[in-house]
Amino acid sequence: MSFQIPSDTTLGRIQRAPENFVSRTDIAFVNRASETDRRSFFKKAFAAAAVGAVAASPALATAAKGDPAILNLPAHTKGLGQPVAAMPYGMPSQYEKNLQRRESPGLTRVGAASVSFCPLQGLFGVITPSGLHFERHHQGWWDIDPTQHRLMINGLVKREMVFTIDELMRMESVSRVHFIECGANSGMEWANVAVPTVQYTHGMLSCSEFTGVPLIKVLEYCGVDLKKGRYILAEGADGSSMTRTIPMEMVESGEVLLTYGQNGEMLRPENGYPLRLIVPGVQGVSSVKYLRRIEVGDKPYAAKDEAVHYVDLMPDGTHRQYTSIQECKSVITTPSGGQKLLTPGFYNITGLAWSGRGKITAVDVSTDGGKNWKSATVQGPVHDKSLTRFNLPWVWDGKGEVLLQSRAVDSTGYVQPSYRTLREKRDDKSIYHNNAIQSWRIDASGEVHNVHVG
Amino acid sequence: MTIHLKLDQKPTARPARKGFVAILSMVVLGSTLLFSNSGFAFEGLGRTASKDEVKAWDIDVRPDFVGLPKGSGSVQKGMDVWEAQCASCHGVFGESNEVFTPIVGGTTAEDIKRGRVQSLKDGSSPQRTTLMKVPTVSTLWDYINRAMPWTAPKSLSTEEVYAVTAYILNMGGIVGDDFVLSNTNIAQVQGKMPNRNGMQTNHGMWLASGKPDVKEKRCMSNCKPDAKVISYLPEYAKDAHGNLIDQNRLVGPVRGVVTVVAKAGESAAAPKVSMSSGESLFNANGCVACHGVDNKKLGPSVVAVANKYADRKDAKAYLAGKIKTGSSGVWGDMPMPAQAHLSDEDTNALSDWFLSRKK
Repeated sequence: MSFQIPSDTTLGRIQRAPENFVSRTDIAFVNRASETDRRSFFKKAFAAAAVGAVAASPALATAAKGDPAILNLPAHTKGLGQPVAAMPYGMPSQYEKNLQRRESPGLTRVGAASVSFCPLQGLFGVITPSGLHFERHHQGWWDIDPTQHRLMINGLVKREMVFTIDELMRMESVSRVHFIECGANSGMEWANVAVPTVQYTHGMLSCSEFTGVPLIKVLEYCGVDLKKGRYILAEGADGSSMTRTIPMEMVESGEVLLTYGQNGEMLRPENGYPLRLIVPGVQGVSSVKYLRRIEVGDKPYAAKDEAVHYVDLMPDGTHRQYTSIQECKSVITTPSGGQKLLTPGFYNITGLAWSGRGKITAVDVSTDGGKNWKSATVQGPVHDKSLTRFNLPWVWDGKGEVLLQSRAVDSTGYVQPSYRTLREKRDDKSIYHNNAIQSWRIDASGEVHNVHVG
Repeated sequence: MTIHLKLDQKPTARPARKGFVAILSMVVLGSTLLFSNSGFAFEGLGRTASKDEVKAWDIDVRPDFVGLPKGSGSVQKGMDVWEAQCASCHGVFGESNEVFTPIVGGTTAEDIKRGRVQSLKDGSSPQRTTLMKVPTVSTLWDYINRAMPWTAPKSLSTEEVYAVTAYILNMGGIVGDDFVLSNTNIAQVQGKMPNRNGMQTNHGMWLASGKPDVKEKRCMSNCKPDAKVISYLPEYAKDAHGNLIDQNRLVGPVRGVVTVVAKAGESAAAPKVSMSSGESLFNANGCVACHGVDNKKLGPSVVAVANKYADRKDAKAYLAGKIKTGSSGVWGDMPMPAQAHLSDEDTNALSDWFLSRKK
């Protein structure tokens, strides 16, 4: 791709600083210096052009030995780049286009009631770029005019109230780093391996710095009855008007946020612009997008996504209802399924750990399928109910089979379970809340495969 | 919808929150003081919601039927609404698995007696249908009212919502053919739901402070004698998610594996086709729910429609009209719902795009 300078751009017309900040003597000095520099610039430019012409001759080019990427100066080293604000909203490099949200074929049949997975295999640190945040829509997404959006608080409050986005943004705000994970993340893998890469095994997971107002403060302002009102119902403004019940204990903790900011800018439309509830540690469906209403009530609501979906089938044929917490979990993102190691030698095993019950305190890594474990470095600062990065240096000898696993521990002391431990309790048909240890097999060629290890 | 505080009721504080006590004491002092701009938090922000505003948005219906509007609807009427507005996605008998998982099926008369669905335990039903899971009629009523039909949510009348709910219950053998569901008998009907006793809430996954159901040991060495691969992706499924080399970065410690090998003379990457406005409308209006471009779903494929009509002189106007008013009987029993919300410009663009796909 070649870059073109817009025709209306005038080169070289940079305004000098206001001259009354500089003495007359200094101004004269700068002008003299710039005259000198201008002459020397032209001299050098002519010299460079001459060298370029010589280097282009094939006879001389073969004389130098080494990496052509070093010896042959590329266009970007010898030309003029693009001006500022050529892209008023910056985009990733054209060479990064492989890292995109993707749907998993066969999972859902209609795009507007589907999910797109986050490319965890290529991300660094713990913050998910907003444009790569996984999506789950139940009835399509909208880009809603924020000036027309309203939040209503009703139910067990002294005064039922309406707020505009202006008003919510005037309130004292907090910014916190939290993960959002869909309750069905890794759901396809309960019984057997079903998908090839970490994007599809774990990609209904993202993490952002969210900015907003603790919901409890707004409820208190409305005169909430916390004795009777032990539940809230959160409701979206989209076609599905998604509803979820949230226990008041969570709201009282101050963690539940009325959110408008995500990673320093407003929420993206796909993530609920202009207002979203964030319920940290709880499956993503409770972080209701396009939030229009909070109702305070004295009983749970048994909404569609609490009575038909997001219920976990147990071996005795009952369903667990109102399962919400995303328990402690981790996954190695490099190396991971569908990747191939370049050559034997040094690698940094790296991945993500998180817990809906608190902070990550330790992550262990095994290279032999869980027989032996080493403690990985947990990279701080570690946030509560947030993705946490871990690293472990490792040398791949290029021989035999490697079975990579990671196992996280959270601040409650809970240890991420194996598939065997989870299935003994829940069997393999519960769809939701699969937080089992993930295994990657590296074969002798360096290719990494998604496997289950017994 | 919820119950409301009476004016003389005073909210009382839970002792845990310090800052809250101060605010509550103001509440207790009386509502006149509470909103008298006396330095209260968020002073000047927000306003009282009017009764009509609350009524317009407070549409939820709870399992105890708080929030349910008065009204009724018959199974017979429900069948008419179903066939016009619901069957295109859910199938004439709620059995369709084409667009969404089935609503009806997998329950028995015995389940209705017990309130537990046997097929959930023995796995005898290939799919878990809505009626196998949902314990509460309120949930069905609430969801149909707030979110259905899928492309035009909140367009059904209260009678139609009662009627469609009744028809679903009828298809599941829960109520008879002549049944009329109403706000006065809906609680009794809830007592007949096949999975009404099938939910449990005694688990530790409701709150962060709950007790987990499993306890793994943090063993560090010689933890197990043997580690065997017991499940892996079969060779034939390797390319099911596309070419993985195109889903990984060009630099770094690893590359994506090549899972799709281009045949001689063609690129492995799918050719990029820019979207026409007709195609955008097709994707944006839920048409894809029933029509594939090349494949038959509930309705005919786009290509099949183009092949059938492209040679007609009035093809464009004919198709645009069918999109606008709906259609039935041309391609089988399944009616196509009217897309009356589309402008003439949109239906014409859709029609043009359909016809351009002739093969």
